Amino acid sequence: MGCGSSVAIDTRRLTPEVTAKIPSPALTMKAAILIQRWYRRYIARLEMRQRYTWNIFQSIEYAGEQDQLQLSSFFSFMLDNFTQLSGNGPDLISHLLDPVVNPQTDRARLTNHEQIIVPESYNGPRLTFPLTVSQTDALLTAFKNQQQLHGRFVLQLLQETKKLLRQMPNVVYFSTPYAKEITICGDLHGRLDDLLLIFYKNGLPSAETPYVFNGDFVDRGKKSVEILILLFAYLLLYPDHMHLNRGNHEDHIMNLRYGFTKEVMQKYKTHGRDILKLIQEVFSLLPLATVIDNKVLVVHGGISDVTDLDFLRSIERHKVKSAMRFPRCTPEHTQVARSSRAPLWSRPESPLCDSRRSEGKTTKKRHCHITRQGSGSSSSSSSSSLMCSPRGSLHPCLTPHPCPSASMPSLTDAFQAPFLDSFSALLVPLPSREEVEWKQVVDLLWSDPKSQPGCRPNTFRGGGCYFGPDVTRRLLEKHALSLLIRSHECKREGYELCHDGQVITIFSASNYYEEGSNRGAYIKLGQELVPRFFQYQVSHTTRKLTLMQRVRVGEGSAVRALQEKLFAHRSELMAAFQHYDTSNSGCISVSEWAVVVESVLRMDLPWRTLRPRLARLAPDGMVEYQSCFEDMGPGQPIPQVSPNFAETLYRYRTDLEIIFNIIDKDHSGQISTEEFRQTWRLFSAHLGVEVDNKAIDDLARTMDFNKDGSIDFNEFLEAFRVVHKLDSKDQQEC
Amino acid sequence: MAEDKDSAEAIVSEVHRKISEAFDVFDHEFNKTVDVREIGTIIRSLGCFPSEGELHDIIAEIEEEEPTGYICFEKFLPTMTTVLMERRFRPIPEDLLLQAFEVLDQQKKGHLEPEELTKYLTQEGEPFTPEEMEEMMSAALDPDRNVIFYKDFVSMMSVDNHR
Repeated sequence: MGCGSSVAIDTRRLTPEVTAKIPSPALTMKAAILIQRWYRRYIARLEMRQRYTWNIFQSIEYAGEQDQLQLSSFFSFMLDNFTQLSGNGPDLISHLLDPVVNPQTDRARLTNHEQIIVPESYNGPRLTFPLTVSQTDALLTAFKNQQQLHGRFVLQLLQETKKLLRQMPNVVYFSTPYAKEITICGDLHGRLDDLLLIFYKNGLPSAETPYVFNGDFVDRGKKSVEILILLFAYLLLYPDHMHLNRGNHEDHIMNLRYGFTKEVMQKYKTHGRDILKLIQEVFSLLPLATVIDNKVLVVHGGISDVTDLDFLRSIERHKVKSAMRFPRCTPEHTQVARSSRAPLWSRPESPLCDSRRSEGKTTKKRHCHITRQGSGSSSSSSSSSLMCSPRGSLHPCLTPHPCPSASMPSLTDAFQAPFLDSFSALLVPLPSREEVEWKQVVDLLWSDPKSQPGCRPNTFRGGGCYFGPDVTRRLLEKHALSLLIRSHECKREGYELCHDGQVITIFSASNYYEEGSNRGAYIKLGQELVPRFFQYQVSHTTRKLTLMQRVRVGEGSAVRALQEKLFAHRSELMAAFQHYDTSNSGCISVSEWAVVVESVLRMDLPWRTLRPRLARLAPDGMVEYQSCFEDMGPGQPIPQVSPNFAETLYRYRTDLEIIFNIIDKDHSGQISTEEFRQTWRLFSAHLGVEVDNKAIDDLARTMDFNKDGSIDFNEFLEAFRVVHKLDSKDQQEC
Repeated sequence: MAEDKDSAEAIVSEVHRKISEAFDVFDHEFNKTVDVREIGTIIRSLGCFPSEGELHDIIAEIEEEEPTGYICFEKFLPTMTTVLMERRFRPIPEDLLLQAFEVLDQQKKGHLEPEELTKYLTQEGEPFTPEEMEEMMSAALDPDRNVIFYKDFVSMMSVDNHR
């Protein structure tokens, strides 16, 4: 290939000829090539920007999920420590970690719901059960017109849904009726417009138009409530033709972070709590997987090398309330008498002896009293190391823990068979039945496919696995299946094939990251089980945006999200920058800047390419590193706290919000100053962040404006919101 | 000041990093390979303006003996480093680009009809696909007059594309 013999050189010679009236064909061809080369380069640049924008969004999204999983280890930590600190029991968050205590019977609840008085002024739809088509039509119309369904009907609908779901198996098998097609949709995430568009294009659910909705109905979008109501209503109407799989967001602890809890409380001021409680139960009753015609497995996340559909059929799925709630076996379980609430997964009668020892750097002094009363005795001791992992280290179940190679079936046998003797002699610790069940469910809900063979923990998200083509092949072969359809990952085209076409990802929320970021899609499967894809994109603008405009919008909000990250790590970054800046000039090289940012934020992004959008260059080509914090600041004048403390607050704002929300059981937005103090102390201990106790006390005092001993934590968090000084637009919700 | 040798090394290592960064954006599996169809985007995003023919030459050079549909980083890096160090496929200056449009504007009206431009770019040279043409049209066409004021278009595009 000839160096430098590009067309550009040739074209330069054309210049004098340009004046010619009728250009020669050769000339127009050269002109065309030039324009084509130039334009393709332009598009390539945009493509690159679009890609890294995508990478930013995804990195931030998954970092959030990791935080969330880490937070759950804090819950456990807190549960442990709070008892010691305050002495009045772990009641603060125990209701979150323990199964819902429900004094009311369902029947009593039902009559209660019926007694809720709907005011005369309510002009929204009214539901009676069993539902009819005219009622679902009324719901559709109401939601299109921004109306809400009254809380009473929501509660009734949920109650009915719960009744129905309870009878459903964990894995639903069904066949497509002759000459009909089944439609499979992926994540909706509260985007009602996408659901309505699917219904419009593809038809409403009915015996003629059966659907599978593959989880993640809620969170992020603003209309999660409406989506749930519609999906459940159609489920009640056509229980044989409407199939709902559970997703990783059908999880009440996820909902605390990603907005669904808030949405419910905002829309249903009076009945919000009851609705949330009932939804939590309904979520845990959603089937985990659907199998179409014995050939196609539909599951939200994916599989792992220990996924066992036969085993999954036998579990009690409602026990897994949340992936964030590790099955734990603490002294409380052995001392069941102490707390009257025996957690569902604690089965003192089960002849199970789990002696998993803590391997990590966790403090081992805890209640790991392994009561091994001679072999064969049915002691029910278990480890607690699982739940005590201070300093944010992930739960062992989520971090690389050696999967006992394909030992699942034998393990499950062991649970039923009385030959534990042989097992208890083994050094390899046995996970409890609850743990195994929990892991099986989490793998289905959280895993992602990868092209490398094998199965690894999903470190990017922090939960579930990465599974390779060999894992897929083995599972499909074992169960005589031909295809795995999953969702869980946003794809630019709304769908993607991998593992030689054996795995399809389907994602139905268009514009997921940002207006124009991606298309949504659904799949239609006929008798011959050949998938057909239908793509769409909800558009809120009348005029079609050019590629450039689309790229710019997406990039803008991605960069803003990154700037927030930079700001939240300001002092760490500054210290690292200054380490390189030996002459105190305020400048370092681009390369050094990129190294620092990458190592502090731990995000694998093209920092050199992003640099122009994040930091300014001095005339000599060096980076003025202070400039990456310039455009941002706190939203409100913040109380007098030390800069480091303020930064920690910025960084963990979302985590704190969730913690406060949990403490604030009645969702009043208020917690006591004492709760505030203790929570913060524990949280900082858990994080390993040094925060001066006095600073916390001072802060608590300042925040209690009317000196009544309580803090409005929404206001508190608002003060610790990073805003862009140059950009007064609403913050992106992440 | 560093010695020449050191600074040359520093330049090469900076070029390597730039290439690696661009490559990584498309390395979805984190296994140091990318789909061969993305190579054009990577090369062009690194500031090169190759023609399709030149692109094919590069791909032929870095592809495995038996094409797998993937390009691995080890093969891409040395070739791309040479391309960048030798400054091949230099940018097309704005004035030259404008001249090219003027060649197509035979009556020297200062604008092009959409049909005219479509004909040239989809039939001549290294033809655009319908998608490429549509995308270009959506940005180039003046919505009121329904023609392409190529001078405005070129200057708009070069502003857009500055990093």
